[in-house]
Amino acid sequence: MSARLSAIALNTFREAVRDRVLYNLVIFVLLLVASAPLFSEISIGMERLILVNVGLSAISLFGVIIAIFIGIGLVSKEIDKRTLYTILSRPVRRWEFIIGKYFGLMLTLVVNAGLMTVGFYIALFVTDHSVKRADGLMLVAIYFILLEFLMVTAITLLFSSFSTPIFSAIFAFALFAIGTFADDLRNFAGLAHGLTKWLSTAAAYAVPNFASLNVISRVAHDQHVAGTLVLYNSIYALLYSGAVAAAAVLIFERRNLK
Amino acid sequence: MHAIEIHNLTKSYPVGFWKKQLRPALKGLTLTVEAGETFGFIGPNGAGKTTTLKLLMGIIFPTAGGATILGKDFRDLEIKRRIGFLPEQPYFYDYLSATELLDYYASLSGVDAAERKQRIPHLLEQVGLGDAGNKQLRKFSKGMLQRVGIAQAIVHDPEVVFLDEPMSGLDPIGRHEIRELIQSLKDAGKTIFFSTHILSDAEALCDRVAVIHKGELRGIGVMNELRSSATGNVEVIWEGAGALERVGTLVTESHVTGALVRAKTANDKLDRLLEALRQQRARLVSVTPLQGTLEEYFLAKTSEPETATV
Repeated sequence: MSARLSAIALNTFREAVRDRVLYNLVIFVLLLVASAPLFSEISIGMERLILVNVGLSAISLFGVIIAIFIGIGLVSKEIDKRTLYTILSRPVRRWEFIIGKYFGLMLTLVVNAGLMTVGFYIALFVTDHSVKRADGLMLVAIYFILLEFLMVTAITLLFSSFSTPIFSAIFAFALFAIGTFADDLRNFAGLAHGLTKWLSTAAAYAVPNFASLNVISRVAHDQHVAGTLVLYNSIYALLYSGAVAAAAVLIFERRNLK
Repeated sequence: MHAIEIHNLTKSYPVGFWKKQLRPALKGLTLTVEAGETFGFIGPNGAGKTTTLKLLMGIIFPTAGGATILGKDFRDLEIKRRIGFLPEQPYFYDYLSATELLDYYASLSGVDAAERKQRIPHLLEQVGLGDAGNKQLRKFSKGMLQRVGIAQAIVHDPEVVFLDEPMSGLDPIGRHEIRELIQSLKDAGKTIFFSTHILSDAEALCDRVAVIHKGELRGIGVMNELRSSATGNVEVIWEGAGALERVGTLVTESHVTGALVRAKTANDKLDRLLEALRQQRARLVSVTPLQGTLEEYFLAKTSEPETATV
């Protein structure tokens, strides 16, 4: 089982790496991060703050774009091009295919985020001309970004398991946008009454809470991130992604492929 | 033990706005294939051939019925190690080289790394791609892709190989090469189940054929018997075109080339025809019993009414 999972994951990774669109995105982000020191020209004394905000947001946003744009084709492309036929005629369970694809895309995102992080730290060093203790805080924000990727990829995979690529992209982006403002939805639920309260509370718990994973402005101000938040966010992201990936598997297990 | 045993395999698709109506794509298919046999599954486009193969491969799920392959349920994961499949007009990951693709598929089939390393170069040689192993598949011609397709179907040395329209879309040279490859699999003792709508391919390779039309099995024929079976007709050739007018009622078809007449007659009319030709002083050249062809069998079976049973 693990050999088949890793073979599928590595092939997914290989496809992404050989995809030129992916390189373009990575180069774009590296350029963006590398050009961050230029902000010091227009924001005297605040260059570190702006660099951290722009750099980490870019890592997050471009990772999410990669996750969604590759994720929507993970299953549908294999069905459309009928490459899935030659996979399912082998001793591969359908869930192994889905989870292998999931791991493969996550591996791609982790490697990309790793490259971007290296670029980001170089830009940080260029700006500060020194290494500060607070620089380590950025790794917590990047860890949360990876948790965000874990959830976004699972959500995209779920839509990809039953919908067309375009609808999958729309649904996934919409859910990402809603999840980014999950705190507002929770606040609204707290203020509402009756059926509205009930519905908005249900929606607030159903949508992914990306707001709690965003600590970029906190680390940009060199503020400490509590260990409990790291623990709770880790558990939440794992449980949410696990549940969504399980739903994707359940749908795919029953699907008649055209 | 049969290599493949299909029992009442049925597939219907829901149609209409409410999806309450069922449109049958395959109606209760029952057949067996012997070990080591090359079995042709022939039928026109849309007959249900690909549906059958997709059901057997677990790509779609049957509405009713089932199958056993090598004595085990067709969904058994262990069985999938022992079968190979080439889909119709296959597309492969074109960012991979032929070697990478075969390595990927072999690893999914449980072939260990050392064996893969040893087997893949040999296999590429076998399918005539010995010098194209490191070339990306996006640079391959259709014929080369089809050969890679056969290679991926046998990379794990399966006992049963399923091929869906393996010659479709190929030029005559490509078709010949694939035919040779299938023949080599046959010589190696593999059980081959292949679907085609090209009758000459089936005629050249198959031991037995099944005719499927509109989702129904219309008949199963043994190729040798089909070839040797008398059609009930005889071809008679004689010299003396003038005699044709007198014997016109005894022949069903005739062609005149100069003084030579080539005519077809039923067996029971042969004696009377020969007697009449003698009376007309025509010179008899040859009398040949006409043998059956797969085409005749196919046309006879596909023209039967839809409700016909096997």
